[in-house]
Amino acid sequence: MNLSVKIGTLTLQNPVTVASGTFGYGVEYAQLVDLNQLGAVVVKGIRLEPVRGNPTPRTVEVTSGLINAIGLQGPGVDGFIRKYWPFLKGLRVPTFINIWGTTVEEYAEVARRFDALGGVGALELNVSCPNLKAGGAQFGTDLKLLSQVVGACRRATKLPLITKLSPNVVSIVPYAKAAEAAGSDGLSIMNSFPAMAIDIETRRPSLANVTGGLTGPCIKPIAIKLVWEAAKAVNIPVIGMGGIQSTADAVEFLMAGATAVAVGTASFYEPQTALQVVAGLREFMQQKGVQDVRDLIGSVQTDK
Amino acid sequence: MVEQTVQIVSNERDTDLYFRLVVRAPQIAPLVQAGQFAHVRILPLREALLRRPFSIFQVSGSTLSILYKAIGKGTEVLSRMRAGEELSMIGPLGHGFSVPQPGGVTPLLVAGGYGMAALYLLAQHSPQKGIVFVGGRRRVDILCEEEFRALGWEVRVTTEDGSQGEKGFVTQALLTELKRGATGRKLFACGPTAMLKAVGRLAAEFELPAELSLDEHMGCGIGVCLTCVVPIKAGENWEYQRTCTEGPVFDSRRVAWEAIG
Repeated sequence: MNLSVKIGTLTLQNPVTVASGTFGYGVEYAQLVDLNQLGAVVVKGIRLEPVRGNPTPRTVEVTSGLINAIGLQGPGVDGFIRKYWPFLKGLRVPTFINIWGTTVEEYAEVARRFDALGGVGALELNVSCPNLKAGGAQFGTDLKLLSQVVGACRRATKLPLITKLSPNVVSIVPYAKAAEAAGSDGLSIMNSFPAMAIDIETRRPSLANVTGGLTGPCIKPIAIKLVWEAAKAVNIPVIGMGGIQSTADAVEFLMAGATAVAVGTASFYEPQTALQVVAGLREFMQQKGVQDVRDLIGSVQTDK
Repeated sequence: MVEQTVQIVSNERDTDLYFRLVVRAPQIAPLVQAGQFAHVRILPLREALLRRPFSIFQVSGSTLSILYKAIGKGTEVLSRMRAGEELSMIGPLGHGFSVPQPGGVTPLLVAGGYGMAALYLLAQHSPQKGIVFVGGRRRVDILCEEEFRALGWEVRVTTEDGSQGEKGFVTQALLTELKRGATGRKLFACGPTAMLKAVGRLAAEFELPAELSLDEHMGCGIGVCLTCVVPIKAGENWEYQRTCTEGPVFDSRRVAWEAIG
């Protein structure tokens, strides 16, 4: 039975990864989860300098979901390399570094820094965080800026480049195509949805940032549709994510056209989720007589 | 830190909306240190996804207990669960209290409501017995004072409505005691943020060390989601640190109160 898939030149032992921002820097989960059984570890978004992040409250639980406005708190490139890279580089599975900046030049500089580090599995370009005043989604919702930022990173590194797209567009297809044309080796679809919740007792927004990004099982059907649309439109692999909490959810993404998947918010409440999906996927394939996981990819039948 | 399925041994009402939950958690219980917490997934909650954090109250062999108030979606569902039912628990988590050395400081504990629960193991393990100041709005908010007395501690109760003990805030009773003498004492506190802030101010005024267990809205509980951050002084400035990982217990001198809304 084959579970391995390829993203650019990189081979993953199985198609199950984790979503940036929901898995810290890997090490936090090391006591609870055997990280070496994952397809890849994907770290929280990193820019050049340390970031303090937004005031609290930063998250609010909603029906079958979570709205967050963390504001990409992080240690910056140097802090990350000092604090977290020694652990991550010892893993047997690849690490994807999620990177962001407030200018095209900053994105490219962060890409260069990680290219020079050696041993990084892939770079995931975050052009879709909804919680930043500058950077993030502004690059992912403007075709010209998107092409510029992907192109600049492409020139800065030979590492596999994965562009994480925003769902907050009328159609994802032109964005998927633009990222591909600018040299992206894969797409992560998708980031969180802009959302808001109000505390009716205080008449205040539930988040200090007022609005945030919605994640969790409630967004899954929307993500499935976006993956299905994007995967048909491009020739590069799509990593599907949005509300995966079971094997069935992951299989659905594969059938929609995702080459790999990422478990996100579910890791917050059940750290074992990603590993349960790896085991469950194997079981599902056995039951259905599927020898190669690649036979599931895009296998949804939409013709009558 | 261990994740395990734990079985409910008992889950009974204490006073008012307060409940005592005892679970069999043979992998977690032996690891618990004073001031640490457990992160509990209440499976019947279904569409409310997140785990709920609870201070660990008492530990006995392979069981541990939690004292909670049924005030939200999670705790209300939890309060209806019965012996024999199961929960998923990750624990013990966080950085707890530093237990005083033999012959070292004499601890003064300050608790608001069910903040008492977080202080019990500290009282149990401290070689010096001190005084525990407990405050609440009403009589029903004063919990487990008998357990502390059974450890040989003096308990001073204050209630805002005067229905038990002295009338007023717990920090007023603490102030009265500190005026009698502060040397060789150390404060340990758990309760609402306003109370912790007042304890921090008293600690500064009397030049006493204080450890505060901060209560922040929490997500993952293991340091990943960055929901439960609090401003902690770092050099000239401050940075957000995680209640679940660097905390919940912080040295009061390090908390950047000016940045807490």
